[in-house]
Amino acid sequence: MATGGSERSSPPPFPDSEDQDPAEECQGVGADVSDEEDGDESFLSATGPSMNTMDSALPLSSEPSEVLFEPPVDLLQEPILKTEPEQAEAVTDPLDEFVDLVDLSDDMPSAQAVAAESPVVEVEALISGTPSDEPCEDFVDLSGSDSDLSEEEAALVEVPADSAGFSADPQDAIAAIPPGDLATGSAVEEEPSPLIEVDISQSSASGEKQHPQPPSDDLLFDPLADLADAVLPPAAIVKKPTQQQQPPPLDLFEDDPSDLFGEARHAKSAKQLPSSLFGEVDEDIFGEPLGTTAKKAVNVASREQRESVVVTKTSVLRARGNVDGPLNNNYEKEPTDIFSEEAVTIAPSAAKAPAAATSSRTNGVRAAEEGDIFAEATVELSLDSPRTDRKKNATAPKPSTSGPTLSSAADLSKTHSASLEELEEEEQEDNFDVNISVTNPEKIGDGMNAYMAYKVSTQTSLAMFRNKTFTVRRRFSDFLGLYEKLTDKHAPAGFIVPPPPEKSILGMTKVKVGKEDSSSAEFVERRRAALERYLQRVVCHPSLLQDPDVREFLEREELPRAVSTQALSGAGFLKMLNKATDAVSKMTIKMNESDVWFEEKLQEAEAADQQFRKLHGLVESLVVHRKELSLNTASFSKSVAMLGSSEDNTALSRALSQLAEVEDKMEQLHQEQASCDSFCFAELIADYIRLLGSVRGSFDHRMKAWQRWQDAQTTLQKKRESEAKLLWANKPDKLQQAKDEIAEWEAKVTQYEGDFDKVSATVRKEVIRFEKEKVKNFKRQIISYLEAQLLAQQQLIKYWDAFLPEAKAIA
Amino acid sequence: MSSTALGESDKDKTRSVSVDLNNDASLLIDIPDALCERDKVKFTVHTKTTLSSFQKPDFSVPRQHEDFIWLHDTLVETEDYAGLIIPPAPPKPDFESPREKMHKLGEGEATMTKEEYSKMKQELEAEYLAVFKKTVQVHEVFLQRLSSHPILSKDRNFQIFLEYDQDLTVRRKNAKEMFGGFFKNMVKTADEVIISGIKEVDDFFEQEKTFLLDYYSKIKDSTLKAEKMTRSHKNVADDYIHISATLNSLSADDSTAVKKHMEKLADLFEKLRKVEGRVASDQELKLTELLRYYMRDIQAAKDLLYRRARALADYENSNKALDKARLKSRDIPQAEEQQQQCLQKFDKLSESGKKELTSFKGRRVVAFRKNLIEMAELEIKHAKNNVTLLQGCIDLMKTH
Repeated sequence: MATGGSERSSPPPFPDSEDQDPAEECQGVGADVSDEEDGDESFLSATGPSMNTMDSALPLSSEPSEVLFEPPVDLLQEPILKTEPEQAEAVTDPLDEFVDLVDLSDDMPSAQAVAAESPVVEVEALISGTPSDEPCEDFVDLSGSDSDLSEEEAALVEVPADSAGFSADPQDAIAAIPPGDLATGSAVEEEPSPLIEVDISQSSASGEKQHPQPPSDDLLFDPLADLADAVLPPAAIVKKPTQQQQPPPLDLFEDDPSDLFGEARHAKSAKQLPSSLFGEVDEDIFGEPLGTTAKKAVNVASREQRESVVVTKTSVLRARGNVDGPLNNNYEKEPTDIFSEEAVTIAPSAAKAPAAATSSRTNGVRAAEEGDIFAEATVELSLDSPRTDRKKNATAPKPSTSGPTLSSAADLSKTHSASLEELEEEEQEDNFDVNISVTNPEKIGDGMNAYMAYKVSTQTSLAMFRNKTFTVRRRFSDFLGLYEKLTDKHAPAGFIVPPPPEKSILGMTKVKVGKEDSSSAEFVERRRAALERYLQRVVCHPSLLQDPDVREFLEREELPRAVSTQALSGAGFLKMLNKATDAVSKMTIKMNESDVWFEEKLQEAEAADQQFRKLHGLVESLVVHRKELSLNTASFSKSVAMLGSSEDNTALSRALSQLAEVEDKMEQLHQEQASCDSFCFAELIADYIRLLGSVRGSFDHRMKAWQRWQDAQTTLQKKRESEAKLLWANKPDKLQQAKDEIAEWEAKVTQYEGDFDKVSATVRKEVIRFEKEKVKNFKRQIISYLEAQLLAQQQLIKYWDAFLPEAKAIA
Repeated sequence: MSSTALGESDKDKTRSVSVDLNNDASLLIDIPDALCERDKVKFTVHTKTTLSSFQKPDFSVPRQHEDFIWLHDTLVETEDYAGLIIPPAPPKPDFESPREKMHKLGEGEATMTKEEYSKMKQELEAEYLAVFKKTVQVHEVFLQRLSSHPILSKDRNFQIFLEYDQDLTVRRKNAKEMFGGFFKNMVKTADEVIISGIKEVDDFFEQEKTFLLDYYSKIKDSTLKAEKMTRSHKNVADDYIHISATLNSLSADDSTAVKKHMEKLADLFEKLRKVEGRVASDQELKLTELLRYYMRDIQAAKDLLYRRARALADYENSNKALDKARLKSRDIPQAEEQQQQCLQKFDKLSESGKKELTSFKGRRVVAFRKNLIEMAELEIKHAKNNVTLLQGCIDLMKTH
């Protein structure tokens, strides 16, 4: 169905006058629907109330709808018509399931039936609201013709279609993102009745988020908002309290569900409907795509949202994996194909649901591809879905029993929510279930061509990986290569990419030469640990984990050799050159910082960098001194042992040799402490020096984005001036060209400004994340360091305690 | 360096090195006060006595390091004391190392924070004070050894040293004498080699000789190693200061929750450094000083053995001379007298030497015992302190 949508171009504004008819029609449709349903006994009881609600809702909606639906007129008509057959097919399968559901839920038949019906009605209302009558009728026909199909299904089908239609509005695929939002919104909510509200919420959200949106959207949204106000007076009232309950939303979608429920509460008859609707329809729709594995998790999760985050993490990741993972090839990146493809790939029962779901995913995909602003949008979107979920469950606890599909549906939304939460509130431990260890450093080859290979073992329950555990061998330059790829891809967007340990020609040469002394063993071990921490940092980063290169690095048996990492290669030279130019340009860019936060953070990072470097030097010298102490203690121990052997007093001789032993153990302790200083403390600091480098890098990228924006602005200014000159000189032939250029540069300025905002937002988020990680990490490391010291001191007490009687025994 | 007065606070410590002093109340000596002026240290030697040979029962005199050396030298040169282990002379006050460090610190001032600098300075001052106290202590111990010795305490020069209330104004050794001393040492060493060929008549001395020679080289080595060890321990403690200071400045810049951790860690390092510094100085005091002192004491015992061996060689020579005289039938009575004298001297030396060496052995064992016990106890105490500090910090960090 999406295909139809995508073909359309943005709709022309519609005359206001037409709406009244549709409203009436709509009522008619509603009546039809109810009539048809009568035949179905199970639905009978439900029909009554649903009708009431419909009636009440419809007249309200009719007025504003004019305004609302002006733009999409054509869109709706066409796509629906075209997609009819498809829908029918798709619907058939789910129908059965749906019926089953209904049967299952005999306990609350009214609720379900209502759920089923109400969407239909409202959908129709929507459709009818559109100035052209055709779509409505088509729809009616569709539902009518299919005797097997209950209207609910039809309605369900319709909804996605609607959303698809909306999404298709904008011309370009890129421009299509905001509509994508729309689609996602509707998809997430899934219930036709809330559709209106969804739209509203989107409009408001768009305002809040400041997403750049095509003008057509604006047209859409404003009217919608009006409509919403008009339609849902009670809802509006309810809204406030609900909002208070929920965290202040960037999220448009939060509002919707609350509204729905609010409405439900107010209007007794209508109440059950939405809830059940959500419970059933929603889940149904989502059900299949996710698969059944997550079901249990969902059930659990549905009750407690917090828990749900943890439990469903896997599913979240999976969902994300779907979004941009290379593994899942079924999703085409082309918006057009998405819907159709989805329908195919996903289980038939959920035909429309998938479509909706896809739309949300697509959104994700696009976001990933094109820009991060939208990624945020997705995030937010997913955020509230859990809430809706929770609400659903609260209002209609039963649905969970009704079938496996539903739980999975909840799953999906939850996944989103979970992912969201991870991104947004890092207080919750983001325990991505990926456990990476780097072990078995092994020298391969001889002479100067020798290199170290490490075993990288991954243990995970994430579905994005093919296996639960897998192991690959990687050489050091592979690690560097991964970093290169990640920085190229993510750093310009403002991400803080964890850096690997530096190349150490000296250390590696030692290893290569093959001296099996302690320093080279220490070097290898230190590097091994650093690589492990590096990989762990990478996979702990929610965005980097999604990167195909990361997965390839962890999973793929053979990796193409990373060549650009060699220090003396041409690439290395180029890199150095780039760095030099960067440094120069950095110095020349004078950014008048508009945001104090960034300024403060940058200063903080620079100061911290300096101090960390100093501290690192100090700890290194501590290590040196400790090693010295250890050495000296060892030689003293030997010397005392000799002295003891020379001593002619037996008791004293014994005591001296005991002292020698104690000192020997002291030496061990000092040695251990030295390596502890080095591995726990110095390495921690070294890590942070490297990380701070990346942090500053992300600030640099932000500055570059700013610079680009400023440059564009300057250029635009110049163009405008030249235009003015042309105007003055009265050269109309060149004037047009100048105007084009101005338009072009205006677009660029907007884009660059957007880019800059994007990068700024990412940097801000990343820095906050970095700081949180730092706090956690630092605390953990320091505690383990102190614990090691504590242990050493306890040992020391033990040794001296054992020595004391010996000393006392000297006669 | 500005003058530093030493209080009486460390009186309890003064006897830590050498314990085996007869607690004879008839002659009690201590150094309650000392003044450091440039290179010279002026000690106030305080004596409390019941002996009638002193004019007053309680008196104090100012003495310098050179006076102690003079006293030691006169004792060594006294023929009558040849059979005694003359207590080793106190080493020359050496403030070079703290002074040098202070100098270095002054140079590096720019690279440190104010706080760090003041801490380092404090630490150096403490080190300087410790060296100062140690110096006083070794001088005091020297006098106490003398006063507790039945024969040496009666020495006239010793009594003058204690009683004469003016500056002794001992003449400093001139260059010739210095050279003479050096030459004497050379001769002595050569002589030692020569007389080592003489067959020992007494098993006790034979054993004692091999033991002391061996022991001396061992203890010298141990002393060196112990010195190094304590020095590097001190370095570790000093590193803690810098780390603590840097952590402090880090925490000052930080705005996240790490700030608290950093502060705690800085605090911990500061406390650890104090404990660690004390561990180092206690090791120095209990172990290194002990070893150093007995190294010198053994040297003194070796000197005794040398003197005895010299006497033995003299006796052998006199025997030969007597034989020669008898062969030539000339100067026989002189030679006999000479031989008798040598024998007497040798016997006397052997007798008192045996006594001295035996008592030395006992003294050494007791001193080692005492110091080792004390050191073990201090080590345990400090380690327990460390454990408390670490545990406290870990708990704090875990709860926050």
